[in-house]
Amino acid sequence: MPDLQRPVHQRRLLDGPPALSGAETLTSHVARLGQLPPRAASREVIATLEASGLLGRGGASFPVGRKWRTVAERSGGRATVLVNGAEGEPLSAKDRVLMALRPHLVLDGALLAAGAVGAEEIVVYVGAAHTAARRSLERAIGERSATAPSPPAIPTRLVVAPDRYVAGEESAAVHFVTEADARPTVTPPRPFERGIGGRPTLVQNVESLGHAALIARFGADWFRAAGRAETRGTALVTLTGVDRPGVHEIELGTTVAALADLGGKARADTHGVLLGGYFGGWAAIDEAWDLALDPIALKASRRAFGCGVVSFLAADACGVKTTARIMDYMAGQSAAQCGPCVFGLRAIADVTRRIGDGAADTDDLARIERWAGQLAGRGACRHPDGAVGLLASALSVFGEEFVRHASLGRCSRPEFGEKAA
Amino acid sequence: MSIQVDRIRCDGYGMCAELLPEMIELDDWGYPIVRPGTVPDGLLEHARRAIKVCPVLAFRLQAVPESAPAPAPIPLRAVPARGAH
Amino acid sequence: MSDQILWFATRGAGTVSLLLFTAVVCLGILAVVRWQSPSWPRFLSVELHRSLALLSVVFLGVHIVTAIADPFTSLGVVAAVVPFASSYRPLWVGLGVISVDLLAAILVSSLLRPRIGQAAWRAFHWLSYGAWPLAVLHGIGSGSDASAPWMMTIAASCLAAVALSLTWRVAAGRSNRGELSRIAAGAGAGREPRRA
Repeated sequence: MPDLQRPVHQRRLLDGPPALSGAETLTSHVARLGQLPPRAASREVIATLEASGLLGRGGASFPVGRKWRTVAERSGGRATVLVNGAEGEPLSAKDRVLMALRPHLVLDGALLAAGAVGAEEIVVYVGAAHTAARRSLERAIGERSATAPSPPAIPTRLVVAPDRYVAGEESAAVHFVTEADARPTVTPPRPFERGIGGRPTLVQNVESLGHAALIARFGADWFRAAGRAETRGTALVTLTGVDRPGVHEIELGTTVAALADLGGKARADTHGVLLGGYFGGWAAIDEAWDLALDPIALKASRRAFGCGVVSFLAADACGVKTTARIMDYMAGQSAAQCGPCVFGLRAIADVTRRIGDGAADTDDLARIERWAGQLAGRGACRHPDGAVGLLASALSVFGEEFVRHASLGRCSRPEFGEKAA
Repeated sequence: MSIQVDRIRCDGYGMCAELLPEMIELDDWGYPIVRPGTVPDGLLEHARRAIKVCPVLAFRLQAVPESAPAPAPIPLRAVPARGAH
Repeated sequence: MSDQILWFATRGAGTVSLLLFTAVVCLGILAVVRWQSPSWPRFLSVELHRSLALLSVVFLGVHIVTAIADPFTSLGVVAAVVPFASSYRPLWVGLGVISVDLLAAILVSSLLRPRIGQAAWRAFHWLSYGAWPLAVLHGIGSGSDASAPWMMTIAASCLAAVALSLTWRVAAGRSNRGELSRIAAGAGAGREPRRA
């Protein structure tokens, strides 16, 4: 079927009862999808995942099969699976929706992972703000322990993640589960080497586990049958800045334009789109319109699919002020452990705000360029790198606007009020 | 051998930059910016001295691992008016 | 005659050791407050602190050995290691012995720092704030020169130097670490960058 006639909206992860009926019960889940195939939760599933080409949905787009294989090689039967549902990215809602509506898909994925890597425990890590997701998972875990499960149950517990941006970072998640401290730690060693309890830990995003649960039932070829570009399969995206914001499941490779149609946004009503969330970057709408939402293709053009955030900037909003607000948020969300991140991001945020308000000094633009240029790789985690990446994309996409703000104190967007010019 | 900094331990004392200025300079807040890559043989003794002086043991020398080359730095300049011809 | 030499050696080495120890404490504080000037780089505080510490241990060793060897004090080896076990001025000598024991712990932990790690090393190092005053008290109380003007001057200068340094340390509060959370939140002193 030609692309234009294929529906943008997919139903794989989100297939099943409508959203209004809330969390899917174990009975409905098993009736709809059947049990996990016998022997599914074993090393064999790793080869299937590798063949499927499934990429992680937590933001890094790392191949899931390879990740499981790395942990399996080290586990000695004593690994832990950490189901990452922290979703600290403010613009993203896909993980909480998946956890709230399809908890058994997520738990199936966790069981698969545990069997594949040789884990003796599953820890489900859910962000404190996602109450529906937490209730849904608590109930689902309860449902499973109440029945006689097949394959045999692995001890599963739920841990509530603090409501901080970096709480979902893998070393921070491990740190919190181990020592109630959700701040990233110095790596190496990374969790797949030494994680919870000092043992190899697989940290995997909930959506990735959901896909794995379906791949184990229907196969790699089934998974690869979906997709419009190089990367195969479907993915959840969070669409905002449109008439009908929300979480949608799409084929990877769907264009930004198709998504704008789905959500209701005319090209004339927007001048930029944020791809991948605060850890991603801006794209000018002219270049973005026909971009394929495909992790590999986006990385090749120095952009990011990230956690699947697609956020359109209104035509009358100012890219500089919006970026300043994001930088202020990122500075405040620093774990405050590393000097360069704390001082650097705070200084960049304050100066960007000055520029956004049209009150910049002459050298302010040069200042943030220098500070941002010095910041990459100088924290214990990648938080400053993500923030700097966002700033770099803003300087590129809204460069004209930055220069106008900095040198004239004026803005071309109505958001700016009387200083608009 | 390359220099690995424990960014959490580092408290910006800056003595490392005094003893190894060829490879370490301080940012605007006194924290070290380390030139990536191998420490040249001629500087190894200076590097060891710099490591020993750090009051918080924030860095060490490490055998260079087989890893992918660092990604190209992101260009960071505000692009002025486009299409202004 | 030789007795007198030992007695002079004990007092002399002890006094030098105390002066060096005082300098070591002040240098340690200089390092933490990150003092520097065009002719005094920061690393100098750390390296001099370490060198003088080792030197003061040498003089301390001479002080202890000559004190034991001196028949006048009738100090045995035991009394040099166990506090308050000497028959000669047991209180004041005992304070010195405690000071030496603490110093030994600090010395060993510093030599083994890569093995025991930063946190443990730091815990031991705090003992220096106990070891130093005990050394001063020992110096004032156990020597026969205690009331001599020169000894009083030395003791007073040492006390003044450390008191000054400590005041500076408390006032400067120089660790960045405490400020980090406030600055990230945008609520802190927001330290101005050294370069614009």
